[in-house]
Amino acid sequence: MTALAIPVFTGVVVLVLYSAIFFRRRAGEPLYDGPPVYGGARLQLTWIVVSFVLVLVLALLGITTLVSSQAAQAVGASGRAIGSGSETGSPIKETNNELQVQVIAQQWYFTYRFPDYGGVETTHLELPVGVPVEFHVTSLDIIHSWWAYELGVKADANPGVDNQFHATPQRTGSFTVRCAELCGIWHGEMADTEGRVVSGSDFNSWIKQQQATFAEIGKSLPSYAPSYFPEPLTKGT
Amino acid sequence: MAVADLTTERRLSIPTGIPTGVLLAITGYFAGVWLGNEFGLFDDQNTGIILGYVFATAGFLIGMGFLNHPLGRLLGWRLDPLGEADIEVGLGRYFRLSLDHKVIGIQYLVTILTMLFFGGVGAMVIRTSLLSPTPTIVPAGNYLSVVGLHSVMMIFITSAAIVGPFGNYLVPLMIGSRRMAFPRLEALSFWLVPPAAVILGAATFWGGFPTGWTGYAPLSEQAGQGMDSYIVGFILIGLALITSGVNMLATIIALRAPGLTWARLPIFVWGILCTSILGLLAAPVLAAALVMLALDRSAQTSFFLASNGGSNYLWENLFWFFGHPEVYIFILPAFGIVMELAAHFARRPLFGYRVGVVGLFGVTLLSWFVWQHHLFVSGIAPVLRPFYMLSTELISVPTGFIFLVVLGTLWRSRVWLTVPMLFCLGFLFNFLIGGITGVYLSDVPTDVTLHGSYFSMAHFHYTIMGGEIFAFAAAIYYWFPRMTGKMLNQTLGRIHFWWMFIAFNSTFFPLLIAGLLDMPRRVSAYNPGLQFLNQWVTFSAYLLFSSMILFAANIIYSWFIQPVPAVANPWRARSLEWQIPTPVPARNFERVPLILAGPYDYGLPNAKPVADLRGLVGATGGS
Ligand SMILES: [Cu+2]
Ligand SMILES: [Cu+2]
Repeated sequence: MTALAIPVFTGVVVLVLYSAIFFRRRAGEPLYDGPPVYGGARLQLTWIVVSFVLVLVLALLGITTLVSSQAAQAVGASGRAIGSGSETGSPIKETNNELQVQVIAQQWYFTYRFPDYGGVETTHLELPVGVPVEFHVTSLDIIHSWWAYELGVKADANPGVDNQFHATPQRTGSFTVRCAELCGIWHGEMADTEGRVVSGSDFNSWIKQQQATFAEIGKSLPSYAPSYFPEPLTKGT
Repeated sequence: MAVADLTTERRLSIPTGIPTGVLLAITGYFAGVWLGNEFGLFDDQNTGIILGYVFATAGFLIGMGFLNHPLGRLLGWRLDPLGEADIEVGLGRYFRLSLDHKVIGIQYLVTILTMLFFGGVGAMVIRTSLLSPTPTIVPAGNYLSVVGLHSVMMIFITSAAIVGPFGNYLVPLMIGSRRMAFPRLEALSFWLVPPAAVILGAATFWGGFPTGWTGYAPLSEQAGQGMDSYIVGFILIGLALITSGVNMLATIIALRAPGLTWARLPIFVWGILCTSILGLLAAPVLAAALVMLALDRSAQTSFFLASNGGSNYLWENLFWFFGHPEVYIFILPAFGIVMELAAHFARRPLFGYRVGVVGLFGVTLLSWFVWQHHLFVSGIAPVLRPFYMLSTELISVPTGFIFLVVLGTLWRSRVWLTVPMLFCLGFLFNFLIGGITGVYLSDVPTDVTLHGSYFSMAHFHYTIMGGEIFAFAAAIYYWFPRMTGKMLNQTLGRIHFWWMFIAFNSTFFPLLIAGLLDMPRRVSAYNPGLQFLNQWVTFSAYLLFSSMILFAANIIYSWFIQPVPAVANPWRARSLEWQIPTPVPARNFERVPLILAGPYDYGLPNAKPVADLRGLVGATGGS
C-alpha cells in the first residue's frame, strides 16, 4: 500500500509546488488571465481511469489479505488477527484442537479464563509458542478493546457478545496488552506489560501455578460461559 | 398600505430579544428540573436535567421572538415588521432575531470564532496534560472531560463553520437572490447554536462526560449528569443541520436568478448543495439515536443495554450512519471553497467543472455506504468487511476528481498567490496526507493496528483541521472584504499562514507515528517511551494555538482597530457576489439580475459580464 501511496503523494505535491512556483504571478506583474481552457477530455478520462484502477487494486489487495488471513487463522497458521464476531467460530469448533482463551474485559483490567484448564481465571496472559489459540473476547460492563500490539491482534470486548478470533504466537517474548476503546477515566491505565509467549513446557508449569494460586477464588466465580450477563449498570457515577 | 389600516388593526408587540430569551431560558430550566424530579423514574436527576435543557432552549427561542410571527398569524394580529432587511440598521441588529441573511452570516462567523477559541483552549489543556506520561498535571477525570468538551465543541463548530457564515451570507448573493427561501428557518438554524454551546459548556458543572464525541453506549449510560449536555446539545446541532439543509436546498433550487442555469452555478454553491443533502438526511438519524439514549438514561428503556436485551451495536451503527456523512458535511464545503478560489486566482475557467460537480455528488452518494469501517474490530458482521473496505476506498475516486480540477486549473495559469490562495495550497497538502492515511485505516488488515490509536486521531485532524479549517481561513481572508467592507491585513495573513502550516504539520505528523507505536487515543497515561514525542507535539501545539491567536488578532485589528476600507472587488473576481457595491445594499440587488455567463469565464476575448444588474430588459423590475 505504501508503494502506491508514496508516488501518489509525491506526484500531487510536486504538481502543486510546480504550479505555485513556476506559474505564479510575480510581484508587479499585471493581472493576466490564464488560457481559457475548460478542460481536456483526454486528461480527465485518464485521471478517472487511473484513480479507479488504483483504488480497485488496493481494495483487492486488502480483501485477499483479509480472506487469506481468515483462512490462515482457521488453521491457526497466522499471527495476525482481528475480532471477527461469533459466526466465524462455528465451523472451527468441530475440529477444535486450539487452545481456548477467554478474554474478559471490565473497568479497568483484563482477566483471562482457560476452559481447557478447568476454567481457571488469571490476571495476566501467557501463551505457548506455535500453538493456535482461539480467543473469545467479552466484557462485563461497557465496550473495551483488547489490543496486543506485538501479537498484531485487536478485538472489541462488547457486553453480552462473544467476539472470536484466532491467532498463533510465532515467537517467544513479551507483549503489552492495552485497551483501544475509550472506557472511562482509567482507559489509559488499562494496560498490562506482563504478557508472555513462552515454550510449551513453561506454559504448562505456569498454568499449574495459576490453578493453585486462584483455586480458592475460582470457587466463587460463575461457571465458564461464552459471555456473562453483567449486572445492570449503576448510573450517575 | 394605507395608514388607516395600521390604527385599526391590533398589533402584537412583545419585547423580545436576548434579555427576554435568557430570562425565559432560566425559567424554563428550573421548570424542567422541577417537573423531571417530581415525576422522573430514577432519583439520579437525569430526567430533570434533560427536560430542563429542553425547556430552557424552548424558552430562549420564544424569548428571542420565534413565536411572534406564528402566534400573530394565528390570532390575525398585525405584526411588527420583524427583521425586514431595509429597516434594520445599526449594531443592534446583530444581537436580535434578524431575518437578513447577511446579518445571520456575520452572527454565525463571530459565534463560530468564539467557540473555536474555547475548543482550542481545551486542546491546549489536553496537550499540557500529555507532557507527562502519567496524569499528574491534569487529573485523569478532568482530562477525560476536557477531551469530551474539546471534541464535541469542535464537532459543533466544524458542522457549521463554512455553511453557517459563508453559506448563509454568500449563497443568496451568488445566485442573485435577495434572501434565503425560509428566512425564519435560517434564523432558527443560527439561534440553535448558542444554546447548544452553552448547554455543552454546562456539562462542566456536572463533571463533564467521559465518552469523547462518539458517546458510545453503554459508557454513556453509565456516565454522570454531564452526559445529558452531550445529548441535548447534539440534538440541537442536529436540528440546526436539518433546518439549514432544507433551507439551502430550497434556496438553491428555487431562488436562482433568471439565466443562472445549473451549468453556471458557482462550484462553491454546488458544495453547499451537497452538504445540505447530507445534513438533511444524516442528522435525523443522530437525533433518533440521541433520543433513545435520553430514554435509556431517564425512562428506564434499554435500547443499548445488553443486560436487558439491548445492544451496544445499535448505538454504534446509528451513530456512524450519521457520523460518516457528518465528516463529509465538514469537508464538502471546503472542497467547494478550494475549487472556487483556484479558478479566481488562477484567473482561468475552472478545469473540468463537470468533473468537479460529479466528484462532489460521488462523495455525497458513497458516504452513505461506508459507516461500518468504524466497526472493523467490533466483531459485528465480519462477512461485510470486504464490502465496506471497497466502498470506503472507492470514495478516493471522486475525491481525486477535486484534486484533478484544482491541479488542472492551476496548471499553466498565472496563479496569484494571495493569502487565501496560500491557504488553499495548504489545504491540498494537508488533505492529501489526511486522505492517504485514511486509506490505511480503511484496509482491514492494517486497521487491526491503527484502529483506536493516535494514527486515526491524527488522520482526522489532518482532514478536519488541516482540511476544513484551512479552507475556513481561506474563506475568511477571501470574503472578509465582501462581508465587512474591510481588508484583512495581508502581511499578517502571510505570517499567519506559514506559522499555522508549519506548526500544524509539526503537531500532527508525529502523532501519526505515535499511533504506529501503540499509543491509543484518549488516554491520560501512555507508554513512557513516547514521552519525548509527546512533548514535541505539545510544544508544536502551543505554536499552533498561538498562530490562531495571531489570526484572531488580525481579524480584530483589521475589523475594528485599524480598518482599511476595501475596494468593491479587491480580487477582481468575475463572480456575481463581487459585482455589487460595498457594503452590500440592504436588499442585495436593486433588481433581480439577469445572468449572462458563467462565473469563471476568464481569458475569453469576448466574454460577457457575468450578469446584467439592471434586470430583465422590459420587465417591470423585482418585487
Ligand atoms: Cu479502554
Ligand atoms: Cu467514517
